[in-house]
Amino acid sequence: MNGVHWEHFPHQADIGVRGIGPTLAAAFEQAALAMTAVVTDPAKVVPDRAVEVRCEAPDDELLLVDWLNALILEMAARHLLFSRFDIHIEGHTLHATAWGEAVDTAKHQPAVEVKGATYTGLKVGRNESGQWLAQCVVDV
Amino acid sequence: MNLSHFERMSEAEWRVAPFGKMRVPAVIYADEALIREMDDKVFEQLTNVAALPGIVQAAYAMPDAHWGYGFPIGGVAAFDADAGGVVSAGGVGFDISCGVRTLHTGLTAAEITPLKQRLADRLFARIPAGVGSTGPLRLNANEMDAMLRGGARWAVEHGYGSAADLDRIEEHGCMAGAEPGQVSEHAKRRQRDEIGTLGSGNHYLELQEIVEICDSKAADRFRLRQGEVVVSIHCGSRGLGHQIGTEFLRQMVIAAPGHGIDLPDRELACAPIKSSLGQAYLGAMRAAINCALANRQVITHLTREVFADVMPGTHLALIYDVSHNTCKLETHTVDGQSRRLYVHRKGATRAFGPGHPALPNELRDIGQPVLIGGSMGTASYILVGTEAGMARAFASACHGAGRSMSRHQATRQWHGRALVDELAGQGILIRSPSLRGVAEEAPGAYKDVSAVVEAADRAGLARKVAKLKPLVCIKG
Repeated sequence: MNGVHWEHFPHQADIGVRGIGPTLAAAFEQAALAMTAVVTDPAKVVPDRAVEVRCEAPDDELLLVDWLNALILEMAARHLLFSRFDIHIEGHTLHATAWGEAVDTAKHQPAVEVKGATYTGLKVGRNESGQWLAQCVVDV
Repeated sequence: MNLSHFERMSEAEWRVAPFGKMRVPAVIYADEALIREMDDKVFEQLTNVAALPGIVQAAYAMPDAHWGYGFPIGGVAAFDADAGGVVSAGGVGFDISCGVRTLHTGLTAAEITPLKQRLADRLFARIPAGVGSTGPLRLNANEMDAMLRGGARWAVEHGYGSAADLDRIEEHGCMAGAEPGQVSEHAKRRQRDEIGTLGSGNHYLELQEIVEICDSKAADRFRLRQGEVVVSIHCGSRGLGHQIGTEFLRQMVIAAPGHGIDLPDRELACAPIKSSLGQAYLGAMRAAINCALANRQVITHLTREVFADVMPGTHLALIYDVSHNTCKLETHTVDGQSRRLYVHRKGATRAFGPGHPALPNELRDIGQPVLIGGSMGTASYILVGTEAGMARAFASACHGAGRSMSRHQATRQWHGRALVDELAGQGILIRSPSLRGVAEEAPGAYKDVSAVVEAADRAGLARKVAKLKPLVCIKG
């Protein structure tokens, strides 16, 4: 599969999220969508509330884990689901706006709560076709 | 799993002699079928654990072991602080103090059956379950800290349950050494409205019928009678524990080189017990244990309210409450010497044998109830800690079945609605906010819990007392 997209990859107890895109930021955005898809269909989430997120890490891989964990915190503390992201990465600092809406059990039928992003299956870099890839397993 | 590295010590004990960087052997308790089914990752992770500084005796895996984060799930390891021993956030897990408690109803399945639908609906309406659900309490900063220090005792002081419950909870309902000041504001923010919620995934509240008694003496002492119904609650420290796990794992990964620790796997991140980071984690982790104990106590209260309403006069007495994701300072005999050790149990249940001073008076002569959760539609078990088990894996036993299939595979194989109908046909009522969640948690996606329990019994980790079959399952 080419172009910007997200996918899941299998893990025995949990689930892997993978984002692919032309830039590091695009891959992070897709990985975040993949994480929403662990919980519900991202197409069902209306992007009508914005939350600002900022993270800083020693390297790109830790930055991905920090980014997903920052979203997990906002999802949990505000009972939100996210479906749109605007991400800027400079060096190992990320600024982003995430848009989403409050969890609606009847509408979203949330399958499972994400507890945390992990260092398992963690990879950030370019693949053979030159696309950026960002992935890790999330604990559910 | 490839068994060529293992020496079979007995029917249900397999040993890997130290090689490479391993400081101690690795030991897996399982029958041949279970160990063959285990992922090779369990071998890799267990031998990595055996290489950590200050590890004592051996790195152990329970019969339900599977691929975890750094430590295998179903892993047990003890460390000596004076020998440079470490504490590992991954060795406790994200859901700190996740555990099971079981309550008597004193009612028979025949008495419950006519009201089963009503009980299922009322419990589902009353017990917050699933993503986005909130509990009955809103904690301000002072109350949050009091809860993190007090655990189930705090909940009882606030009218949730009775003092009699506390004796039937590990640590008598309150983990000493908790330091709310080491718990971040983010972690507290995640918990503000989550006390008294089940969570999601494999967490549940079940009504279960005692269908088989395997040890009548212990069953008598636990007041378990065939045909009677119990309530089991499986959940943990909710968002607070997850956030603590996340934050300390990150800090331990970054600090490891400074502590002279070479990590073969980042998830194995740990810090010396005697370091400021190690101490900070222990203080925060103990606060999360209290959070989990308070959480299960509040859910117990909500459950009792439902029973009082639907079946007035029912008394739900607590049998016991165990936590299976912890690190605790305990005294164990190693090579004839009594030592104070930090015992990590990641997906493993403490199983103290008869006479242990931590047990409540009424149970001290028989041993600790060991509560093993199944998954919807499969059995759960109650075991008892034994004298022999005290010398194996630092008095630990299995914790559940463990997944055998990924969530994706499960959703390809089962559909939520069909599964709910199929289980209803077997007399098991499922209530869940998410049909996809039900499919992902299909009973067939888990290992055979009966085989796991049988292996734990044969390995001498704990003795089988009773088998439970679900009647109602409230799934998060």
